[in-house]
Amino acid sequence: MDDAPRTGSRLEKVLRSGRFAITAELNPPDSADPEDVYEAARPLGEVADAINATDASGANCHMSSLGISALLVQAGYGPVLQVSCRDRNRIAIQGDVLGASALGVHNVLCLTGDDVSAGDQPGAKPVFDFDSISLLRTLRTLRDDAVFLSGRKITTPPKLFLGAAENPCVDPLEWRADRLGKKIDAGADFIQTNLIYDIPRFERFMDRVRELGLHRRAYILAGVGMATSAKGARWMRARVPGIHIPDHVIDRLEKASDPVEEGKRISVELIQQVREISGVSGVHVMAYRREHEVSEIVMRSGVLERRKIEWR
Amino acid sequence: MYRIRLFATRHARGFERLYGMLETVMVALDPVFRRLGYTRVERVVGPMENLTKSLLFDCKMCGQCVLSSTGMSCPMNCPKTLRNGPCGGVRPGGYCEVKPDMRCVWVEGWDGAARMKGGDRIKTVLPPVDHSLKGSSSWLRVAREKAEERREAQEPRRTTIAGAFGGARKTEPTSAPLAPEPGRKDG
Repeated sequence: MDDAPRTGSRLEKVLRSGRFAITAELNPPDSADPEDVYEAARPLGEVADAINATDASGANCHMSSLGISALLVQAGYGPVLQVSCRDRNRIAIQGDVLGASALGVHNVLCLTGDDVSAGDQPGAKPVFDFDSISLLRTLRTLRDDAVFLSGRKITTPPKLFLGAAENPCVDPLEWRADRLGKKIDAGADFIQTNLIYDIPRFERFMDRVRELGLHRRAYILAGVGMATSAKGARWMRARVPGIHIPDHVIDRLEKASDPVEEGKRISVELIQQVREISGVSGVHVMAYRREHEVSEIVMRSGVLERRKIEWR
Repeated sequence: MYRIRLFATRHARGFERLYGMLETVMVALDPVFRRLGYTRVERVVGPMENLTKSLLFDCKMCGQCVLSSTGMSCPMNCPKTLRNGPCGGVRPGGYCEVKPDMRCVWVEGWDGAARMKGGDRIKTVLPPVDHSLKGSSSWLRVAREKAEERREAQEPRRTTIAGAFGGARKTEPTSAPLAPEPGRKDG
């Protein structure tokens, strides 16, 4: 990784210091009440160095990522603003990112986004003016060259710690690491992967990542989820784009007398396993509608060690 | 046509060679095109290009062809029109997230690139599509851009897109033009 810190973001500091970082996903409320955001953030804040505010993930409408991120900053947390290319064009996104930085939101995760057909409003117009990679390069240009893509000058450029996602466990498996390289070339400083349930697949991906030296150019956080029933896991595998859950994981959930406890145990094991893989700088925990259990999983996995997360 | 499109990526090396030849011819013709006027030539070349590429690649006439950097698989057939794919939603076996019966355009593209001599171009970060160029001839734009480069375009005229996506400028000049389109105001 190169030289000077780009922002004062807590996530960036933790990653640069070489500590194992923890980020967690906040499921956005279907409400306009800030208290709903804080209620979801509280248990995550106990263990996470940064909280991801999803941007209409799965193409379902919720409170906006920028709104949530700004609220989190006000309460002293470090958010990760997620920007999906599905809903906004280049004019809207470049403006939003300036606004985000002005509001104190500096971690930005650049995503292509699920198609509108996956969500609750399949009749919406898909935008996809950028893709995740051209978005990364554009935001890097905003930050480093202080110009919009049109060439117009920006008087105070945004301070950004740029993130990207990669999905190591879905096809084309042999090209996933190369594509990650492209994201890093485009400007990614950190990577949060999609859910990993298949450790051998992820290990093969990381072998290639190390071969290409990508782990030295960006911080890689492995995505860990929490499945709490065999039925739910099967549903996710069939309906949510980009989810690969091996049968043996579903079998374990099916045979367990207490599937919720078994699901937590699987997540704890996954966190411990990815931590052992060379080149992994942290974990990104995504527990859909189960924020209150994230801190338990992280504590049990022992990855926090004696480090205490203190906001303010 | 879907089948011919798949054939093209599976024979990407051959099409790469063909495209190389076509480019040489087009660039060599630049002085002729300039004398006749590019706009006038476009009236003939445009429909020809549209016909050929629609048949071979299911071309959508985006106006900034990048086939050489996408394994000869046209990215405009991706339902998300990604210029730097594939996305994370590819289905098992390499099928599209949005159209489950269609091969992922980008899985095909990376496979096609592996067959090409200059396949490494797929690692070039490509800029977003300039939608104002939709429907115009990419072949003529290649001729103009390459010829322009030879005539040494001056640094001050360099657009931000050309600077930000420097790699693409080198391999796919039409996607990151040096100078704004003639007759158009930018910024």
